[in-house]
Amino acid sequence: MTDTLTSDGATIVVEGVSKQYGDAFAVRAVDLTMAPGECVAMVGHNGAGKSSLIKLMLGLTTPTEGRIRVLGGDPASAAASHIRRQVGFLPESVAFHPSMTGRETLDFYAKLKGVARTGNDALFDRVGLEPAAVKRRVGTYSKGMRQRLALAQALLGGPKVLFLDEPTTGLDPALRQSFYEIVRDLRDAGTTVLLCSHALTELEGQADRVVVMSRGRKVADGSLSTLRSLAQLPVRIRLTMPDGSVNELTCANDDKVGMVRRIACDGPEVTDIEIVQPSLDDMYAHFLRREAAE
Amino acid sequence: MNTLLIIAGKEVRDGLRNRWVVATTLLMAALALTMSFLGAAPTGTVGVGPVEVTIVSLSSLTIFLLPLIALLLSFDAVVGEIDRGTMTLLLSYPVARWQVLLGKFLGHASIIAFATVLGYGAAGVALSMGGTPIDAESWRAFAAMIGSSVLLGAAFTAMGYLASSLVRDRGTAAGIAVAVWLAFVLLYDMGLLGLLVADGGKTLNADVLNWALLANPADAYRLFNLTGFKNVSLFAGTAGLAAHVQVSAPVLLGVLAGWVVAPLALAATLFSRKQI
Repeated sequence: MTDTLTSDGATIVVEGVSKQYGDAFAVRAVDLTMAPGECVAMVGHNGAGKSSLIKLMLGLTTPTEGRIRVLGGDPASAAASHIRRQVGFLPESVAFHPSMTGRETLDFYAKLKGVARTGNDALFDRVGLEPAAVKRRVGTYSKGMRQRLALAQALLGGPKVLFLDEPTTGLDPALRQSFYEIVRDLRDAGTTVLLCSHALTELEGQADRVVVMSRGRKVADGSLSTLRSLAQLPVRIRLTMPDGSVNELTCANDDKVGMVRRIACDGPEVTDIEIVQPSLDDMYAHFLRREAAE
Repeated sequence: MNTLLIIAGKEVRDGLRNRWVVATTLLMAALALTMSFLGAAPTGTVGVGPVEVTIVSLSSLTIFLLPLIALLLSFDAVVGEIDRGTMTLLLSYPVARWQVLLGKFLGHASIIAFATVLGYGAAGVALSMGGTPIDAESWRAFAAMIGSSVLLGAAFTAMGYLASSLVRDRGTAAGIAVAVWLAFVLLYDMGLLGLLVADGGKTLNADVLNWALLANPADAYRLFNLTGFKNVSLFAGTAGLAAHVQVSAPVLLGVLAGWVVAPLALAATLFSRKQI
């Protein structure tokens, strides 16, 4: 389907987009490009503009300024139906009609998307909703089951673009793992995945790229290692001494190899060396501090 | 399958699940049967009276009850789904906003139609088994009453949708719905009567009054049922009025239909501009 892509192959192109509600900016001058088979994590605290940006990319709201292209078209235009057929969305704090059963809910959304309902059983199986649960009304579902159903509807029709807004809140760790496994499979199959989350630590290793949002602006964008060198946060080297005590040294990322060599050759006797890279949490805090200082 | 039908079907199923359909149908049937058995009491008998008496009492009751049911069913339709968060997901699907609105409206209107036809139809069955011979003209009047009741319900459902698309808060939408009911069903006629008396017939002539009655769907419905058929207006005590009404039955039905289309079109416009 090369015709649905822009010339450079990007599935999502956001150019200079701002969204204003009254005087307040929800999104301010954001540029963002995403390619097929890319998993991008968008982080930022509440009100940073993550959900507003997703709504803009879904065409639920129109930008005050700028231009958005999803799969080559304007998602808010009247002709957006064929775009939406290829887009999956898992909203933050998802809600379903409580009186419908799980199966009826998925059938309803499948019909709306024009997808054959024969694949629904496989979808339930994939997200781990058991046949007994599928027959029950959604009103009786636990948070985890609702989230599985939400993922199932987002996967309907094998989307080319997938927006996941806070997908793992309220999920237990085992469920999170299977959740990210599904996301990985999709990404490997060429789906563009945009993942929003507060839980930064669990995003490490999942996302190819991290976008940091703060007060409607994009304050950082790059792979985890790029962000790490941008942030220039110190690496901590934790040494366990023979007597069991722990010493911690800090050094710049570029110096860590030399530092370790010096410890190993000339330093005191140690039983263990542990190198602690700055976590996504640390970097996130750093970029927010920098943004606040500007 | 058609998107409109999918959404309407979901709305009907919702209505069946949360007992709206059952409750409304039972209420309508109970009232209709009560009216057909006791409605003739003023004429001196208890038992199934003439169809015309039932039509008069049922249509008077419909004016109060059906708009209320329709507004209760519809005021939450848009604002409630936005509030609960189901609208965001629905609109991320390949559906146009007018399809969502019209589909939901069709679902709610069919619930009203189903309840009215079945509930009032039960009274019709009771009447036909009553033993009193009923001529074709009376049956036509009865059928017209059921049909126009459905139209009246649809008109107030459409106004409920307008209230629902107008505001951001469910409480406000409920308030507007109650205000609409009070204004059209209770206050309008009182106000008009007060004006007539105060004016003393100086400026408010029959023409102005006719137009004023058309500006209210409940009055259009009343005029249609109480003056549209000669034998009904005899029982309703509106035969004198009927002679003066210059608005024909098709025009009254057209006005009712206009009260369905106009609020719905306005609601669709508002909804399509809404930032969810």
